[in-house]
Amino acid sequence: MTEVPSYLSPTGQEIVLLLLGAVAVGAALLVVTTRQLVHAALWLVVCFGALAGSYLVLTAEFVAWVQVLIYVGAIVVLLLFGIMLTRAPIGRAADLDSRNRPAAVLVATATAVVLVTVIVDGFRTAYAPLEPGAGSAKEIGSSVFRNWVLPFEVLSVLLLAALIGAIVLSRTDIRGRE
Amino acid sequence: MHVVYPAIVSALLFSIGVYGVLARRNTILVLMSVELMLNAVNLNLVTFDVWLRDRLHSGQVLTLFVIVIAAAEVGLGLAIILALYRNRQTVDLDRLRALAEPVDTEAAPTGGTDTAAGRRTGTRAAGDGNGDEERARSEDGDEERARSGDRIRSERHVRSRDPARSPGAASGPAAPLPGQADRAGEIP
Repeated sequence: MTEVPSYLSPTGQEIVLLLLGAVAVGAALLVVTTRQLVHAALWLVVCFGALAGSYLVLTAEFVAWVQVLIYVGAIVVLLLFGIMLTRAPIGRAADLDSRNRPAAVLVATATAVVLVTVIVDGFRTAYAPLEPGAGSAKEIGSSVFRNWVLPFEVLSVLLLAALIGAIVLSRTDIRGRE
Repeated sequence: MHVVYPAIVSALLFSIGVYGVLARRNTILVLMSVELMLNAVNLNLVTFDVWLRDRLHSGQVLTLFVIVIAAAEVGLGLAIILALYRNRQTVDLDRLRALAEPVDTEAAPTGGTDTAAGRRTGTRAAGDGNGDEERARSEDGDEERARSGDRIRSERHVRSRDPARSPGAASGPAAPLPGQADRAGEIP
């Protein structure tokens, strides 16, 4: 095991990653606590953007751009369409939280405490020197099409099935058998 | 880069997602919280891929797969939510308690209360796409059927006087109403 640098002198990359992580966690907290449904979707954009920045800092460039394209570009737009199509209340809604909120706070806090404790205990000495280029489109592409071809193709079949399923579910003129 | 930093960020994101799934009532907000949890997993995958310097790039490739699966999941989930909204007029998780189709004579423990009856008739009336008039009429029929119970056969001449009421009330599958609508036409 190589020598682990001190935690007291963080590098620039670590500072940037911690700032982006703080933005992501703050935006995620706003997603789950805001009283306005549309704002939750918009905070989700901020959270995913900060995560994409974290991927960039971690030298996973291709994943970062896919995150921006699919999460920020597609999924949030899809969620916004869902909000609009279910005629959700625009503006402040008082009843977005259910009655078991205290239990949820308890469970989430317990999860956070357990996970953070275990992670700090287990990976305190782990250090990953960052080398740019390891996550570029060339590397990931050759890896996908050399070693991961079969899962990739299976995934495309899954996407097709999901597409057909969504069409069947959202059409109203397809009835089940009597 | 210390591995602890992104791992802790991802653990916090996961906990926030757990809180959102458990505490939110709106189904779309629950879907957003599920996305938060998936993103926490993605951050972990990327971090450990960078740390372990996997030659196959398993972590990043799996991250791509998770992103694609999340897209499929959101598409299907929203389709399900829209079908739910079309049938029940709500995406409120606390009010979606029935697993079955909302029938009129279900053996609900809170059978006679006004809220349960109103909700049931509301969902049924919404299938026709009409407004409050239809809802009020079917609520009327519901109340009448609950009162008369098995006398419904002997009193069918009462119903046949009001032909507009019979089809609205006849949508319940439990009472022998569809046949009764035909017989009601024969009586005069």
